[in-house]
Amino acid sequence: MYVAVKGGERAIDNAHALLAEERRGDPAVPELSVAQIREQMTLAVNRVMAEGSLYDPDLAALAIKQARGDLIEAIFLIRAYRTTLPRLGHSNPVDTGAMAAVRRVSATYKDLPGGQVLGPTFDYTHRLIDFALAAEGEAPRAPQAEPLGPVPRVTGFLDREGLIEAEPDSDATPRDLTREPMELPADRALRLQALTRGDEGFILSLAYSSQRGYGRTHPFVGELRIGEVAVEMEIPELGFAVEIGEITVTECETVNQFTGSKTKAPQFTRGYGLVFGQSERKAISMSLVDRALRWEELGEDNTGAPVQDAEFVLMHADNIQATGFLEHIKLPHYVDFQSELELVRRLRAGAQEAAE
Amino acid sequence: MGLLARARPNRLAAVFPDMPDSTLLRGPETGAVMVRGRQGGTGAPFNLGEVTITRCSVQLPCGTVGHAHVQGRDKAHARRAAVLDALLQTQDAEALTRAVLSPLAAEETARRETRARKAAATKVEFFTMVRGDD
Amino acid sequence: MTALSMNAEAMTGSFTDAPVQAAHGFRAVLRALSQPGEIVTLSGATPPAPMSPAAGVVALVLLDGTTPVHLAGAHDCPALRDWITFQTGAPLVAAEAAMFAIGTWQALTPVTRFAIGTPEYPDRAATLIVESDHLTAEGTTLRGPGIDGSAQLSLPETGAFRANRALFPLGFDTLFCCGDQLAGLPRSTIVEGR
Repeated sequence: MYVAVKGGERAIDNAHALLAEERRGDPAVPELSVAQIREQMTLAVNRVMAEGSLYDPDLAALAIKQARGDLIEAIFLIRAYRTTLPRLGHSNPVDTGAMAAVRRVSATYKDLPGGQVLGPTFDYTHRLIDFALAAEGEAPRAPQAEPLGPVPRVTGFLDREGLIEAEPDSDATPRDLTREPMELPADRALRLQALTRGDEGFILSLAYSSQRGYGRTHPFVGELRIGEVAVEMEIPELGFAVEIGEITVTECETVNQFTGSKTKAPQFTRGYGLVFGQSERKAISMSLVDRALRWEELGEDNTGAPVQDAEFVLMHADNIQATGFLEHIKLPHYVDFQSELELVRRLRAGAQEAAE
Repeated sequence: MGLLARARPNRLAAVFPDMPDSTLLRGPETGAVMVRGRQGGTGAPFNLGEVTITRCSVQLPCGTVGHAHVQGRDKAHARRAAVLDALLQTQDAEALTRAVLSPLAAEETARRETRARKAAATKVEFFTMVRGDD
Repeated sequence: MTALSMNAEAMTGSFTDAPVQAAHGFRAVLRALSQPGEIVTLSGATPPAPMSPAAGVVALVLLDGTTPVHLAGAHDCPALRDWITFQTGAPLVAAEAAMFAIGTWQALTPVTRFAIGTPEYPDRAATLIVESDHLTAEGTTLRGPGIDGSAQLSLPETGAFRANRALFPLGFDTLFCCGDQLAGLPRSTIVEGR
């Protein structure tokens, strides 16, 4: 129960002032600029854009600064901001096959057209703290080589031989959970939207649980690519589509355990992940969870694993919903608690009487 | 139009500093465009997330209309791009292409090429060790 | 530009001071719907013919990319299609899929083809924007929520509105426009007569 109470206004104002001061930290240390956060805390910016579900690096960097580095708080700020924006339309689906990839690796083929391009990865670092970074130094320079040719999709090779399930094109209008509340059953398009904006930690843990046997899908990373794609939109006043921007995305396609039947030859199946920014842990996790949620359509058994339970996954993936409900319990519940206290006192008195 | 949309606001302002008069028909206004992806990269569409876009439509005194949709929240950038779009339909098109579009295109090509070359340097060159068959 | 591009006429005729004019327009529409029979005056929009300035204001304040619109009869013309598209972004659809429908009463008839909502979502019903030749506070007697006793309004007919009232809480809502004047007839209003 909620009861309106007054008071505490000055305490709140002063708390905001204290927050602002703590945010700034020691004034003897130079203040961070939004551009510094955008350029040097890029992966945090990317996470805020992906889970805030709004691609705008400057805004995400500002949100991180305002939130003192609390990424979920920053995501909250972005989500609140985006509700103030008019929706100007939707883009044509981005063509990830035409991506200007800075990273592209496959775990299924060693040699493939376009090759294995490592890009700016942590994979082969030794995870040793680099104390040299504590000192200011020259800006490092990366070596260059002849640009690569086109990088065709790995699943395309399998598809041509019929070895993997087809992914038929369509122009269907996908449901949008930012416009209408999530209703179950959710089709795959709606699930992918929920997963790509879902909490990275939650999606990662679900994906990990499936690897450990709770809803196993035997995934191979067919391809992981990171790079820029063009965003195109139909402009009614022009009568044609124009490029309205360019975004960095991470795409993961998994090749999973095959299915087949008496009438159908065995085929590999697919899981898919696509996330704003350079976010490969999230993209791989998303493709594993996507694949696990497809158990019904692929005729697999429901083993009762959490990752197979669409309601469990989709209703708990959003960290802003989660944190909102969780954190509200620290707000005043004086009246609820008083009634509970009353009840416990009465029950104890009753028990004592009975004992005497 | 894509080139103007992608150009950095300060670069566009630098190569096209003096804007002629124009009447605003719509905007400049900032909004969101829902970006779509495809399931499996090639399949049915799904909603990936939004991107901030600022749009603007203007009319020159001669009556020519120009439109712009630019990434981000910079209203001056959107107006500048819309005015340029209108001017590019007039007799000034050739001169503006040379003075504004060509340098922006060259900068963009150079930036992309450099990035592609750095990525290419991280390509793995596999070699097979001698097998112990014999 | 290609031949497909819009005429410049589509890009004019909107608010010149959108925040203020839109707020006034919205308030006026709200008043018309909450006090059925009350005639209010709207200003700020000059849409292409045959749309009235009042209907133009209604379009600018109520339509956006999430509100499919049906243009009926003479209103389904290129100039108006382009104006609605450029100014509001609302998709143009068939009558059955419309959240809003714009036209004369004759062009909108039969009105039974418009959405009346569902028991779970009564709000998923159409709003009819009826362009009228005359609009006066006389004629059919109205009673119900928002009306102190009774009110009179010049309606094109009574049967369709009586049938619509019988569907309550489902049913369409209606806005009558004439020049710069507007009156509302929500589904909750009891329309007397036969």
